[in-house]
Amino acid sequence: MFGYIGRKGFDSKYALEDFFREISGLYYLTRSTLYCTFIEPLRGKPNKWGPVWVQMDEVGVKSSTIVFLVAFLIGVILAFQSAYQMAQMGALEFVGALVGVSVTRELGPLMTAIVMAGRVGASFTAEMGTMKVSDEILALQTMALDPVKFLITPRFIAIIVMLPCLTVMADAMGVFGGYLVGVNILGIASTSYIDNSLDAMQLKDFITGLIKSGVFAVIIVMVGSYQAFIIEGGAERVGQNTRTSVVISMILIIFADLLFTAVFYYFT
Amino acid sequence: MKTASGDAIIKLENVTKSFGEGEKKMVVLDDFNAEMERGKITCIIGGSGSGKSTVLRHLIGAYQPDSGKIWIDGENVVGMNVKEMNAVRKKFGILFQTGALFNSMTVEENVALPLKEHTKIPKETIQIMVAIKLEMVGLRGSGHLKPAQLSGGMLKRIALARAIALDPKIVFYDEPSAGLDPISIGVIDKLMKDLSSKMGITSVVVTHELPSALRIADKIIMLFKGKIIFSGTPEEIKTSADERVSQFVNGRPDGPIPFSKTQKDYGEELKEMSYY
Repeated sequence: MFGYIGRKGFDSKYALEDFFREISGLYYLTRSTLYCTFIEPLRGKPNKWGPVWVQMDEVGVKSSTIVFLVAFLIGVILAFQSAYQMAQMGALEFVGALVGVSVTRELGPLMTAIVMAGRVGASFTAEMGTMKVSDEILALQTMALDPVKFLITPRFIAIIVMLPCLTVMADAMGVFGGYLVGVNILGIASTSYIDNSLDAMQLKDFITGLIKSGVFAVIIVMVGSYQAFIIEGGAERVGQNTRTSVVISMILIIFADLLFTAVFYYFT
Repeated sequence: MKTASGDAIIKLENVTKSFGEGEKKMVVLDDFNAEMERGKITCIIGGSGSGKSTVLRHLIGAYQPDSGKIWIDGENVVGMNVKEMNAVRKKFGILFQTGALFNSMTVEENVALPLKEHTKIPKETIQIMVAIKLEMVGLRGSGHLKPAQLSGGMLKRIALARAIALDPKIVFYDEPSAGLDPISIGVIDKLMKDLSSKMGITSVVVTHELPSALRIADKIIMLFKGKIIFSGTPEEIKTSADERVSQFVNGRPDGPIPFSKTQKDYGEELKEMSYY
């Protein structure tokens, strides 16, 4: 009995140790990425922009279709779902306000980040993980090139610029989806829908959404890169770590969202 | 800083390295001493798990030894920070077992990468230099290809062109002939020999391909369980009286180098299993 408790105790101690090792690894990688991206260029080692454009295309432009589709459908679904409840209270014309506020405040940034964690975070881990397995990262190091600067920095800049941009467009698509349903199917007058929406939506909500999406971008790129850089062994680990990277990014994104919502709730 | 004695460009002094902790602790290099002479080809041979790849990874700074010193061109690389190590790294090139070319870049960009990143040579000149390096390995026409489109032998040769792009003093080869056909092995061997004789490059070759080691080496070091059991010329290794060396040279399955890697007695282990 005591032996069982002891063993469990030791197990959880090791689990705790592992947990803190991961956290500190993530912290050091993030620190050196920030150093490489923002401080080194000031010390006479400018960033190369070629790889950044390539990544921006990969991260932003090629993700736009799926992000638009998801955001548009979210707007449509939200309008339908809320219409039933609102109609019972006789407040059908406020559907626009509800869709507008929930998309710009919450669902736009969150859904975009989650879609991107699956699409881009996974590809970051898989791509760099394969490089790690085939010794390409070691080759970079032995050529006296910093893998962080060479691989992570372009991806970091690309996603931190592109995710807020995609979020803005996702917000627009969501609101547009709600508008189409509201005006064409629910029969709300176009002008009252727009008026109600604009009254409810505030610039502040929109901006906090953008701040959140910037933080989500950092989570996606750092978790993805960290999971790639710790790979030892073969192709099997690349698959495992890709999965882990998506799962961890999603969890962290939700937690960060919770944290922000709580902070904004109390301080604004 | 103290320089290494003699004309040894690389010198390992009392290098010890082990992996794991506690019961699982495995000593891979045990008080390891070796020297590699300037401008010569030194081959490190040994069976699987003998520690030869570990030696190479210490030399390129991928591993830090538990104790001991490693001198490369007069500098002790043990305990160096990244900046100092990068300065040393510019003196050597490495040919990895898999080639380790960047798959997202063309052959030309791969070879040009070290030149672009470490020198301020204008683009046009870099193009000429890349063409020269590719001509040296006999693949000048393939600059526009991606690594995925190349055969194994060509990959190795392109990787070699990249390794010598900065005209290093030393080139490390990790299993240069693994997985290649005999003709490709011959081509790589000839390239290594030429680099060392014509350009005075010091070569350190880690391999288990004995025929190719015998062809190219000026000096052969044989490892067994993290210790040197032979050091000498190719002629000497053929006539070595050491049982372990002659077992390796003649490729006999039975001998002092065990075929299986177990610590416990086989009978005992079977008995233990029967309890469950």
